[in-house]
Amino acid sequence: MLVWCPDWPVVAAEIVDGIPAGGPVAVMHANKVVASSSAARAQGVRRGLRKRDAQSRCSRLIVVEHDPGRDMRAYEPVVAAVEQLAAGVAVLRPGVCAFAARGPARYFGGEAAAAEKLVDQVANECGVEAQIGVADGAFAALLAARAGKLIGEEETAEFLAGLSVSTLERPELADLLWRLGVRTLGDFAALPPGDVLARFGLDAALAQRLAAGRDDRPLAVRQPPPDLDVQERFAEPVERVDMAAFAARALAERLHEKLTGYGLVCTRLAIVAITADGQELERVWRHDGVLTAQAIADRTRWQLEGWLTSRKLACGIIALQLIPEGVLAQVGLQPGLWGEAGAERDRAHRAMHRVQGMLGPESVVTAVLGGGRDPLLQATMVAWGDERKPALAQGPWPGRLPPPSPAVVAQQEQPVEVISEAGEQVRVDARLALNADPGFVVMGRSKVEIVAWSGPWPVDERWWVVEQRPHRLVRLQVLLANGQALLLILSGGEWSIPAEFD
Amino acid sequence: MRGELPGLVRRASELTTEVAGLGADRVLPVLPELRELFAGQGLRRGSTVAVRPVPGVSGSTSLLLCLLAAASQGGSWCAVVGLPQLGLVAAAEMGVSLERLALVPYPGPQWTGVVATLLDGFDIVVVAAAGPVAASVRAQLAARARQRGSVLMPFVANPWEGADVSLSPEKSVWHGLGWGRGRLRSRELTVCARGRGSAERPRRSTFWLPGPPVPPPEAPQRIRLSVVR
Repeated sequence: MLVWCPDWPVVAAEIVDGIPAGGPVAVMHANKVVASSSAARAQGVRRGLRKRDAQSRCSRLIVVEHDPGRDMRAYEPVVAAVEQLAAGVAVLRPGVCAFAARGPARYFGGEAAAAEKLVDQVANECGVEAQIGVADGAFAALLAARAGKLIGEEETAEFLAGLSVSTLERPELADLLWRLGVRTLGDFAALPPGDVLARFGLDAALAQRLAAGRDDRPLAVRQPPPDLDVQERFAEPVERVDMAAFAARALAERLHEKLTGYGLVCTRLAIVAITADGQELERVWRHDGVLTAQAIADRTRWQLEGWLTSRKLACGIIALQLIPEGVLAQVGLQPGLWGEAGAERDRAHRAMHRVQGMLGPESVVTAVLGGGRDPLLQATMVAWGDERKPALAQGPWPGRLPPPSPAVVAQQEQPVEVISEAGEQVRVDARLALNADPGFVVMGRSKVEIVAWSGPWPVDERWWVVEQRPHRLVRLQVLLANGQALLLILSGGEWSIPAEFD
Repeated sequence: MRGELPGLVRRASELTTEVAGLGADRVLPVLPELRELFAGQGLRRGSTVAVRPVPGVSGSTSLLLCLLAAASQGGSWCAVVGLPQLGLVAAAEMGVSLERLALVPYPGPQWTGVVATLLDGFDIVVVAAAGPVAASVRAQLAARARQRGSVLMPFVANPWEGADVSLSPEKSVWHGLGWGRGRLRSRELTVCARGRGSAERPRRSTFWLPGPPVPPPEAPQRIRLSVVR
């Protein structure tokens, strides 16, 4: 028995990327159409068509790049839904899965009843349309599913005999057979097998067996992934740190036991807490080495401490869940041969973990370089153990200051005044012209002469975000008489020092 | 035979770290420009190297980053405690490897405990303490560094008594910025190092950061055309 979801790449694009599958959609790979929606097919968009031809046939066509990973990710829930009713499900490709029909057919009282049940199940669980086909062998079952037929035992060869040779999905062979006058699978199956093997080769001999309905390849049954999450629900909401630590310890040991039972180790751990008012907090901890039971317990405790003491929570935690996100087979984790993964790194990691234990997980940070124009935003601070991901993507950032970058970046911008030789305030007009050359920087009571300057360099960003304050400023580099080199910014009519080239 | 010996035999103190071989792991590398400031041609493990910001002379933070750069590139782990204003883009440009740089920007009142813990695991620990540091705390941290083979690098304005080497910027001259034009390109930094005991005599080094100024490329000479009869 085979479950076929028609136009799966299109449906997957709708599930993952939210592209409406009801409209004309075509999934492209290497400039050729791989799959199209029914609306697109009605306009004449066929498989194998070039992008330009497809668009000329249907001008409103939405083109999506083919992504097998996306198809498989979206298909996973469908397989899980099928597995609830049938055992031993084999995924043939994203969109097609098969299993032995005998069990479900007997349990639900007939193949037709089982097929109906499965279609309902897939529709209810995933909201996806599916068709069922039953035949001997996966090849015939897929053709039966396309035709929407349930082929009984011993009738497969008869069903296949009437179909065209093009259904073999071997275009070259089908073309050759067509020109030789062999038009249907029945004709092809009737040829002497020895001659087919001698004339067309091994692949054609296999195709002939399929055409004759003798598909005796067994299904490669999928092993359902083990459920590794551990969860604990508390009768009383946990509000105190020591209670949370105790719960974390027990949960961590359970998780570790479970992982070692499967011979797995965890490199990334997600901690999810649900509070009494339904708020869900999640945080992922990353670890380069193996997370031991102690390490899992520590991270859970730190995280709960952080949540409980930062007063982010209005009420206590009622449920706690640990999800191992990155798992490897125990033997798969190989320490590096040189440098990086050595004794030095382990020592440094231990020291940082101890400091995190003293001051909290957010206290030890490492920096990741990202994009941005502001020298403070270019380096993202990431708590030690978290994923090193910059806040703003690298890329061309026009208007970014060229190196050397300032070695001191102020946490709070210090307001100053910039005046000209004549003593008037220096301002910038809409055409980015200064009303006078800057002469002095006034910081509090001291007034320092400017000996060299350059600018103004404008930044005008984030005006497209409604919620945030737009970021419009001009920058000057100045060199003072005392040897200090500063970056000055003028924003909203106020001068300040965001960074110093110390 | 006798004639050859004087050329071969040298005092042990004259051996540089590269020649000695065994001693190489006892000294963390520094940039070539800074080598002459240190008796051992680098940061000796277990020592205390103070960097003192001098009011009125800029360049102390760059000096600090420059000291970390070579060791960090060589695979050492560095930690910086109590310096939230450190420009990390500048650090990366100077050559500090950010994935091996841990920062504890706000260590709070228990900073000595934090520094002592970090000295266990890191090769270089930079400490920027806000107020004056008691002599007992200084001695304790220096002892910890000596025991663990790490380098303690205090970055404080007050003199750090007991430091093996104390570095401070003496003069900083920026190049590249004009009146209304140009941009900061490179600086000439003069650093003075004072040691303890016999190394009391100050050593000075002048070098360019990030590199010597590159003259702007000259416009290619225009080929003159002449009429040939």
